[in-house]
Order: sequence, then structure tokens, then C-alpha cells
Amino acid sequence: MFPINETMGQYSELFMLLAAGTYTVAFIAFAWDLAKSSKTLRAVDLKAAALSGAEEARVPVGAGVGGSGGAVDRADADVAGPVGRAERPTSSVSGDAANGVGVTADGGMRYGAERRVPARVAVALAVLGAAIHAAGVITRALGAGRVPWGNMYEFLTTGAFVAVAVFLLVLIRRDLRFLGTFVIGLAIIMLVAASVAFWTPVGHLVPALQSYWLIIHVSIAVLSSALFTLTFAMSALQLVQSHRQKTIAAGGADKLGFMRLVPNALSLENLSYRINAIAFVGWTFTLMFGAIWAEKAWGRFWGWDTKEVWTFVIWVVYAGYLHARATRGWTGTRAAWLSIVGYLCVVFNFTIVNQFFNGLHSYSGL
Amino acid sequence: MSERVNVEKKTPSPGTSRPGNGPAQSGVSAAKADAVLPSLGPVGMLRWAWTQLTSMRTALFLLLLLAVAAVPGSLFPQRPANPAVVTQYIKDHPDYGKILDALQLYDVYSSAWFSAIYILLFISLIGCVVPRAIVHYKAMRSQPPRTPARLSRLPEYGTLVVPADAGIPASRAIDDAAALLKKRGYRVEVRDRDGERPSLGAERGFLREVGNLVFHTALIGVLVSVAAGGLFGYSGQRILVEGDTFVNTLVGYDQFSPGTNFQSSQLEPYSIQLDKFHITFDRESKGKFGQPIDFKADVTTKENPGAPAKKEVLKVNDPLSLGGTSIYLTGNGYAPVVTVRDGAGNIAMQGPVVAKLQGDNYYSSVVIKVPDAKPEQLAFAGFFLPTAFITKEGVSFSGDPELFNPQLTLNSYYGDLGLDSGSPQNVFELDVKKLTPLNARNLPTKGIVLTPGTTHTLPDGKGTISFDGVKRYVGVDIHHNPGQGYALFFALLAVAGLVTSLYVNRRRVWVRTGTHADGRTMVEYGLLARGEDHRLAGEAAAIRALLSAAWPLDEPGEDSQPAPSATADNDRADTGAGSPTSTEQPAADFIQSTAGSPESKKDQ
Repeated sequence: MFPINETMGQYSELFMLLAAGTYTVAFIAFAWDLAKSSKTLRAVDLKAAALSGAEEARVPVGAGVGGSGGAVDRADADVAGPVGRAERPTSSVSGDAANGVGVTADGGMRYGAERRVPARVAVALAVLGAAIHAAGVITRALGAGRVPWGNMYEFLTTGAFVAVAVFLLVLIRRDLRFLGTFVIGLAIIMLVAASVAFWTPVGHLVPALQSYWLIIHVSIAVLSSALFTLTFAMSALQLVQSHRQKTIAAGGADKLGFMRLVPNALSLENLSYRINAIAFVGWTFTLMFGAIWAEKAWGRFWGWDTKEVWTFVIWVVYAGYLHARATRGWTGTRAAWLSIVGYLCVVFNFTIVNQFFNGLHSYSGL
Repeated sequence: MSERVNVEKKTPSPGTSRPGNGPAQSGVSAAKADAVLPSLGPVGMLRWAWTQLTSMRTALFLLLLLAVAAVPGSLFPQRPANPAVVTQYIKDHPDYGKILDALQLYDVYSSAWFSAIYILLFISLIGCVVPRAIVHYKAMRSQPPRTPARLSRLPEYGTLVVPADAGIPASRAIDDAAALLKKRGYRVEVRDRDGERPSLGAERGFLREVGNLVFHTALIGVLVSVAAGGLFGYSGQRILVEGDTFVNTLVGYDQFSPGTNFQSSQLEPYSIQLDKFHITFDRESKGKFGQPIDFKADVTTKENPGAPAKKEVLKVNDPLSLGGTSIYLTGNGYAPVVTVRDGAGNIAMQGPVVAKLQGDNYYSSVVIKVPDAKPEQLAFAGFFLPTAFITKEGVSFSGDPELFNPQLTLNSYYGDLGLDSGSPQNVFELDVKKLTPLNARNLPTKGIVLTPGTTHTLPDGKGTISFDGVKRYVGVDIHHNPGQGYALFFALLAVAGLVTSLYVNRRRVWVRTGTHADGRTMVEYGLLARGEDHRLAGEAAAIRALLSAAWPLDEPGEDSQPAPSATADNDRADTGAGSPTSTEQPAADFIQSTAGSPESKKDQ
């Protein structure tokens, strides 16, 4: 067994603080990007509307992407079945027609030509923060001489890092910068909660956790949770965007200008489905590896321990989500709600169940 | 798109088709159902109920209900996990404790309502998987659906033009395309090869539905395996003090819970002797000082009474396997060794007493019953402290888990222990109601305080008690679950099926060729996905690249742009896809040649 290195632990805590500070600046930059871009885009839209004639300008936002109203109606009314919802990148890339009313963002979530300086600053800061955060996680691991996920403090700090890292990795391929405020905000909350409420000094693992299954089971659980975090944010935005699109299509006023940076509801739904499918496989592995470990540690692979119950509940909810996508009348908004409920269960499982429910998984370290 | 049309046309009640890959019912049976509708007899009623139960909507509802129904099991104590806690809970909540019990909320996972939900869910699942398996089996054996009249309506569509001087007629072009698609894993059928408009239909990705079916079937397998484990398995507990030997027979267990079909002949008579138990405590970190960080039990095992002894190590997370069972290290504690002599001076009891953990640092309770003491039976109850400290108020506590200052503090009693009546008693509890106290803190005799090697003489010549030393004990769980290997197998199968069904894409490709009036060979192709497929456009591009590489093309990039998918307007192909000069014509020809036949009829 490795001896504990307290100095490393102290460095780790310093890095965590620095990371939280950097994230805070990144968060402000992301928020600034949303505010600024929405203003700029609105101005562009209004200009376009003015050009396209006085009559159309009466519907200020819809006119900006003239002629797209029909396409959106179709998207809402026609794609009830799963086939209609299958993503067709060609259609979304093709521009206005595929995007919703009042949406400037690209439905394919590819990077556009436009330079968004605040967003670039925000991403750069997030990368810096993640690098510092990584140093924090690594020094914690070195200090304890084991994987850094043995108690609530470590779940939170490492989990926040994985969430940010996954977000930044997805950013390489897709322009999801509109999620920045959410993901970075959540990472800040997790880091603060870890330091304030769940602080635990560097320590050894209890014998029950000394198993290679800790590395496998927990890492997959954390990774899946990070993906669920992204889809939760996208599903929430999908609901807002879908409501907004309907309001605008019905001629109502657009009160959520910043949402024009967010892609249309259908694109959000499609991408979150794809991510949820990956995360669901991950969660299935979490459940299975957990069961195998339970068999090794407690002599039974399933015993309806509180944590097992909630892991099962989450699995079933997301299974329901995947099925809902293939059921008429359950796609779109209802599926998004299922995705949100699933994530709330993940959060509940992590916070309330860990702390307040008695069970075999009482490893919060508190 | 076409599937949706089908569903709407052919299935009157919404949702009779399950996961998106087409209606499970054929049009004929749907028509029959329609005909029966006016007089819904008992058979019709059953059929209706069956249709409802196996519908996707019901399955989804049951699935979500299962999630909700599982929750109470985490809110209320559960009998299978800890019956004593349930009893206490009912006592503590006299107002609603009994009501919860009546609702089976302490046995959620074996309750009637929970069972009803999952049994209905699995029936619904079987009722869906079987017809779908039949449909899919037929689909796998049939040829790809016939070429739609207007390929341009498909989500992915493109045209290619082979110049007249390339010497590739329409029939050769379709052969080339067929060969390329076959190489790419498609099942291909060429139609009307030597006709005016040769075409081909191709399909791949049958594994997607196979994976889907395997996943759902494997879940049934998991359920059956779990049930089998409950029927034929058994489990038990035993406490072993250092030096003790456990023999795998019914009497060897402290607690034993057999499965429904258990027979004692299943037990193989292996033995385990606990030689020594080692604990390492954390002496480094401030926050967790004194916490155990390693448990290690040295044991000697024998496969059967005649087999050679074998030294093994039993650890947490590292069970032993013996005689078809697994042996787990689940608990440990101290067992003070005492000797009790009765009033006549004879040894009435000698040996280790298992102390039950009560608090921090192995603060444990001790109960010693001495039914053999004469003339009066004796009993002791108190605490064992490995490192005893006493506060100013006289409260004793254990300051450390290791034996730095071991101490036994006991009260003593005499009288009839009630053991002779034969009614079972908890060895860790002493009912003092019928006993007379000898030593107690509130009596002039005071309580007994013993350190190793000391002896206390009981008042009134009732005898003596000596504290000889301390041993450690371990608690082991012994499990036999014949179902778990199968459960693992089916779980792995389920994952394989799941991954296949999510990441294999079922796609159809149609290619149609024709010869233009000026001699050029016109090629158009279209792709359609069954179910979610975000890589369909990539596949279209790949096929286009393959075809382009096979033929010398006319002005590539210029006149053979793939049309943006048919989102809103169906006429785009006619106007936009062809070359500015004359390709419009053949494209329009294609449409007219088969115009009038509803394109989606065959495509299901």
C-alpha cells in the first residue's frame, strides 16, 4: 500500500481552487458571448428583415430567415415517427430552411465562419481551467496513491473534470459553445460543493473499495454521468427552444433572444439522442460491472441495495427514453422530459442516496 | 417516411408497431381485426387485450412504471436486507407502519404489484419479440424491396453521368454498381437488367434488428437466471473465531437461507479453519486515523474430510471458491476468552465469547450465558473495549481499535436462563427480567471490570470469572448461486445486442440507370435508412465516391452534384440535380416511366 503524501494533497486542493477561479472567469466569458452574440444576431436579422420589405418586417424574427416557416411547421407536424426524426445532416447543413424560426445557429452544430471573440476567450479559459483541474486530480491521485474516486469529495472533483473534459472534446467536432455557461457553471458548483460540504483529506481506501473494479465501475459511471450532463442541458434547451419556436411561429414576441445562438429543437433532440445512446451503453456497463463487483465483495450480484435500486431506476428511465424515441407521440418534448428526469435521478443517486440513505454504498467519506 | 405512411394506413390503433422498424402486424390481420370490430366476442376481446399489452405504448408505460415502483424499496427498510430494522420501523411508526406492511412496502421486490409490473412487461416483451423475430426472419430471406419510382424523394439522392464514349451501357453500369454494393456488404438484387431502365435494390444491416431482438431476449434470460438462482441456490453465515473450523453441513451454519428447491445433499463437506486474522489500521491520515485499511484472514481449507489441507488467504473483494460455493469475508471483531467457574469451583464455561460490534473502535457488547453453572445458572452482560478510556463522568469508551488496553466491564446475574425449555434465544441478547443481579454499577457489589489475566470473584460464593485473553473472529458468508453464471452470460449477450442494435445501421440503396438520347449513361441512386441513422449522408458520399472511381465520369463535380435531401420540395431533383444542359430529361423520364405506382406500398 502506498504511503499517503499530504503535501501532494495540499497542492491538489490549491489546484482545485485555481481551477474553480479560472472556470468562473470562463463562465463570465461564456455568458458575455451569449448576451453579445444575441444582440449582434438580432441586429443582423432586423437588417435582413428591413431589406426584405416592410410587410414581412412586421414579423421581425421570422422574416430574418424568410421562407423557413413552412419547413418548421413540417418539422413539428410531420415528423411524428422515428424515421422522420432520423438526422439528415445534409438537410440541416443546407441552411435556413432546415433551421427553426429565430434560430441563427447551425442545426448541424458545425462551426460557422463568424468569429465570436468572447466565445473563443471563454473556451481558451475553460481549457486552461481544465488543465489546472487535471493537475489537481492527478496530484490528488498521487497523494493518495490510488485512483482519485474513493469518496464524495473525489467523485465531485474528478466528475467535474470529466464533465468539462468531455465537453471540450466534443467542442473539437461540434460547436456546442452555447452549452458553455451550463457545463462550466455546473463544474464550478461541483468544485465549490466538494471543497465546502464534502471536503475530505487524502486518505486510504476502506478494504471494501480496494478492488480493480473500483477503477472500472466508477470510471464508467463518471463518464456516463458526464455525457448525461451534456444531454440534460441539451434537452432542457430543447424544451425552451421548442416553446420559443412555437411562440414565434404563432406570431408571438421573442423574449429569449439569447436562444438564437442555440440550434433548433430538432437538431438538439437528435444530437442528445446520439449522446444518450452512448451514455446508455456506458450506464449498462456501470450496472453490469457493479453487479460483478457486488458478487465479489458481498456475495450476491444483485440485492436491491439503495444504490443498486437507483442505478436500476436510471437505467430504466433512459431505456424508456430510447424507446420513447421510437414511439409515436413520445418523441420530441416528452422524450426530452424523460432525458431530464433521468438526469435528475442521476443527481439524486449521487447526492441524496449517497448521503442520506443507508446502504452498502456508504462510502461518502463523511 | 414511407414507414410512417404504412403505420397510419394499416394499423388503426396507434402504436401497434414497436421500435420504429415497421409494423409488426400485416395488413391482412389488421383488416381482419377491423372486420371483427363490430361484435367483439371473447376472442376478439382477448386479441384486443393482447394487442394493447404488446403495443409499444404499453411497454413504455410499464417500463416507466417499473422505474417508479422500484423507488419505494429505497425509501423504506426492506425485509430481505434486514428484517430486524423492519420490525423496529413498524414499532417506531405505530400510525402507518402496519399500513405500509399491508401494502408490501417492506418487501417491494417480491410484492404482488412489483411482480405484476415486471411480469406484464416481460409478457409484453415476448409478445413483441416473437412476431418481430418472425417478420425479420422473413425479411432476411426476401429480396430487397423493389425500386421506388422516384428515387429523388429519398433522404439521400444523387446522380452520375457516364459519357457516351466510355463504353459503359446502362446494363454494365448496373452490374458495376451491384458488384460495388455487394463488396460493401449489401444484399443486392438487379432488376430488369437488359431493359430500358435497369435498376437494383440493395439492403444491409440486418444485424441491427437481430441485435435488438437478442438484447430483449437476453433480458428474459437474465430474469430466468435470477429466478433459477433463487430456486436452487442457498446462502448462509458463520462466525469463526481464530482456531475454529467450519464444516459445510447444515449444523455448521449460524444462519442458513435455502432456496426453494434446496436439498441438503447439495452441501459438499469441505472445511475451513481460521488460523489467524490480521487487520491493518490507518496510522497515517489525520481524518481517518484508526480506520481499518486491510483485512486478511489466513485459513486452512480441505475440499473434503480426506483431502489434503491447503493454506489460503481470504480477503474482502477476494472470495474463496470451495465445493461450488463462494466464501466471503464480511465481518470481524474481538472475542474475549473467559473462564467461568461455578460455586462448586468447577469450570462451567471456558472459551472465546464473540463480542458484537456496537460503536467506534470496536466498542462491543458481550453476553455470556453459563447454563452449566451449579447450583445456579450464571449470566454476564456488558461491554468489551479494546482500548478502554473512562471520561470524568464515568462513561467508558474505546479510544483505539487495537488492543492497547483491553477491558471487559460486566454485570452478572444468576437464576434460570430459560435455555432448558428449548425455545430459541439470541446469543447476543440477555433477558434479565427473570434473573437476579449479582454485580451491577448501582449495586453495592459494583460492576465487574476485568483486564487480561485477572479474575473476579462473584459475591455470595456464586463462582468466579477470569479474562484469559483476546482472540479475533471473522464473519463469513457462504453463497451458492447456480444462476449467476447464466445471468452474466445473458447480460453480456444483452450488451452485445444493444451495441449492435444502436450502432449497426440498416440501409437500403437503389440505383437506376438509363441511356440518354445522346448516348450518355445516366445513373441515379437513392438511400433510405430504417430507424435512426445519422451517418446515412456519409454512406451516400462513400457510395458516390466508389461509383465515381469505377467509371470515367462526365465533368465531375459540375453536373453531378448530389441533390440536397428531399426536405420540402420533391421537384428539386427534376430541376436541380441534372446538368444545366440536358440531364433534366432522363431524370424526368425516370419519374414518368413508373409514375402512378405509389412508391411506398412495398417498402415496409
